[in-house]
Amino acid sequence: MNREVTSILLVGVGGQGTVLAGRVLARAAMSLGGEVKVSDIHGMAQRGGSVVTQVRFGPKVYAPVVETGTADYLVAFEKLEACRWLPYLREDGQLIVNNQEIPPLPVLTGAAVYPPNLLAEMGKRVKNISVIDALNFARRAGNVKTLNMVLMGVLARHLPMDREAWEEALAESVPERFLEVNKRAFQLGWEAAL
Amino acid sequence: MQQLMLGNHAVARGAWEAGVRVAAAYPGTPSTEIIEALARYPEVYAEWSVNEKVALEVAIGSSIAGGRALAAMKHVGVNVAADPLMTLAYTGVNAGLVLVSADDPNLYSSQNEQDNRFYARFAQIPCLEPSDSQEAKEMIKEAFVLSETFDTAVMLRLTTRVAHSQGVVELGERREVPLREYIKAPAKYVMLPAHGRERHKAVEERRRRLEDYVETAPWNRVEWGDRRVGVITSGIAYHYVKEALPGVSVLKLGVSYPLPARLIRDFISAVEVCYVVEELEPFLEDQIRAWGLKVTGKELLPRIGELSPRIVAEGIGRKVAAVDSSLVNSSLLQEPAFKPAAGLPGRPPLMCPGCPHRGVFYTLRELSLTVAGDIGCYTLGASPPLNSMDTCICMGASVGVALGMEKARGGEFARRLVSVIGDSTFLHSGMTGLLDMVYNRGTGTLIILDNGTTAMTGHQDHPGTGFTAAHDPTFKADLEQVVRGLGIKRVRVVDPYNLEETRQAISEETAAPEPSVIIARRKCALLTGGSGTYEVEKAVCVSCGSCLELGCPAISMEEEGALIDQVQCNGCGLCSQVCPAEAIVKVGAGNE
Repeated sequence: MNREVTSILLVGVGGQGTVLAGRVLARAAMSLGGEVKVSDIHGMAQRGGSVVTQVRFGPKVYAPVVETGTADYLVAFEKLEACRWLPYLREDGQLIVNNQEIPPLPVLTGAAVYPPNLLAEMGKRVKNISVIDALNFARRAGNVKTLNMVLMGVLARHLPMDREAWEEALAESVPERFLEVNKRAFQLGWEAAL
Repeated sequence: MQQLMLGNHAVARGAWEAGVRVAAAYPGTPSTEIIEALARYPEVYAEWSVNEKVALEVAIGSSIAGGRALAAMKHVGVNVAADPLMTLAYTGVNAGLVLVSADDPNLYSSQNEQDNRFYARFAQIPCLEPSDSQEAKEMIKEAFVLSETFDTAVMLRLTTRVAHSQGVVELGERREVPLREYIKAPAKYVMLPAHGRERHKAVEERRRRLEDYVETAPWNRVEWGDRRVGVITSGIAYHYVKEALPGVSVLKLGVSYPLPARLIRDFISAVEVCYVVEELEPFLEDQIRAWGLKVTGKELLPRIGELSPRIVAEGIGRKVAAVDSSLVNSSLLQEPAFKPAAGLPGRPPLMCPGCPHRGVFYTLRELSLTVAGDIGCYTLGASPPLNSMDTCICMGASVGVALGMEKARGGEFARRLVSVIGDSTFLHSGMTGLLDMVYNRGTGTLIILDNGTTAMTGHQDHPGTGFTAAHDPTFKADLEQVVRGLGIKRVRVVDPYNLEETRQAISEETAAPEPSVIIARRKCALLTGGSGTYEVEKAVCVSCGSCLELGCPAISMEEEGALIDQVQCNGCGLCSQVCPAEAIVKVGAGNE
């Protein structure tokens, strides 16, 4: 793929807020002045299924989708989903993974087991991996649902957009009454990434 | 001003800028956001129609009366609207009319993947295919102009990846388009056979004019690269070609019906070898080949599912690389560094915690009934562990399918059979099926799963909710009265959160040798947010796993017994009803 384009995959479970995170990320990326494309497929996947939001930005962006082996960043909102989508990451890409386990239905019903040691296994294979307890930071921010913004705060440290662009993107994307708590969550992620 | 916009919002914005007056749709992924967005513009009348056929008819009426009109639907919705569409092709329009067809390659949220470009060719109306949000906005504006210039409806064909991806869009202002004069013209708008014969000639004559237009239409453009390799493409596939084969010459077709024969012929003769890259069917390829031209396409590319840059690179890139490897994005031919991990548990979509449909499907499974199903959230009743749906064909099909089963196998079979349908779907196209059952002396039981919304597509209103697309209060259809009006005498309403009541009603109604309707009524759990939560008394739990049979995402089994996730639980209480040990209680109830 075109290396002047940054490709990011946000993966998680329906209801975790990947779509909103993708919107904030894309709006912040618009501040760079190039093209931005976002793809999120929803439909039945809303109902607790595996979801992915794809964001690409750069001087000229064609496809709105990230191809296997080409993502610069994979931000996983859940451990199992990190593992599922790992083939999308390029070899020296950055994996950011929320240390949270959400058992899928086959695990809940006992038809399958949640694989143990996922983080250790991925740690052996991936050179650049950051693990973060985003749920805990979100709780500290004041709302467990802001874990998506904690993860955006972590990601933001790796990207060229400045802090103001993120602040504006947040303000444009989040309803007024939830803005402060989301800002706090973003800040905690931003600090944690150091 | 620039804005990041969903393809569907760009369509709405473009229609608004083009002065559209009337817009109609039935919600369906991936088309839903078009009307949601248009309903927010005060200059536009936007409605949720009862179904897609009615939506197109409303648009036709607006167009004939002189106001620009839009009808939007998902691909299978066009099947519902196909009847008026084929005749609309004959009458043509007065003010511009655009039909948006949002196709779903890869079936992200559909029962099939059909290529609706064939409908454009079938009806002989032009088909425009945008490849991103900006193009979607520009093309729909042009589509209204084309519609009026050529006296024809125009199809704007989106695919999920265009409808549901966001790109930067340059905003324009609305241009008010005055109403066109309404002129009574029965020879044009009353399609009785004598008029229809004449209009068919007009369709042919229009097609010839359109064939001239497309040769120079700005949407069909050549991007010259290396002239040894040419690619003809349309829609989102254009972007995959640009990623995978950055060096080749590309003919991008923005109009995929009718095709510009001269332009295509010239392009093919200017390159040494020519490929066609298109999603789903060989729609372009077959037409081009019919002219005796040599192109390669589906031989090398799949006819199923979405394309991607890698699929294009692997299908065609290797051939192109043999000509000159610099024409191909070689990174897409390399294996990804990380292999997919084997044996990961899947994460299938499932009914939400507290979903009112769960109790009905649990009961249907307990009673081992045959279930003719329908399209909506409740289609998930077919998935494990509920496994209680036998058929799902198309919207509104459940009652008719159940009637056919009964007619083939007899009344005794109908005693072990129910059909299920949602409230929105019942009003969409279930009413006619139910009337058919009554009229033709069926004896089946229909369960209307009334959650008071169109939940699957994101909670749109419908005639049973009492609100319009713009959220204004309106007449609220009364399902009991509708059902009685269709001739059903046995009508009862149950609470699907009450398993005993639900089971009794289903047992009695299926046993009755006459047609009956059960309305299982509870608001969608996502709208109510639940009332309290339940917990497991560990000392009482016997770890039997009965509660897991509900397939509720809030319940799991640990070594010490069942566990209810307090964050997810919506307090429907079904688990406490299925627990044989009475170990599941309402949180706080133990302290009373």
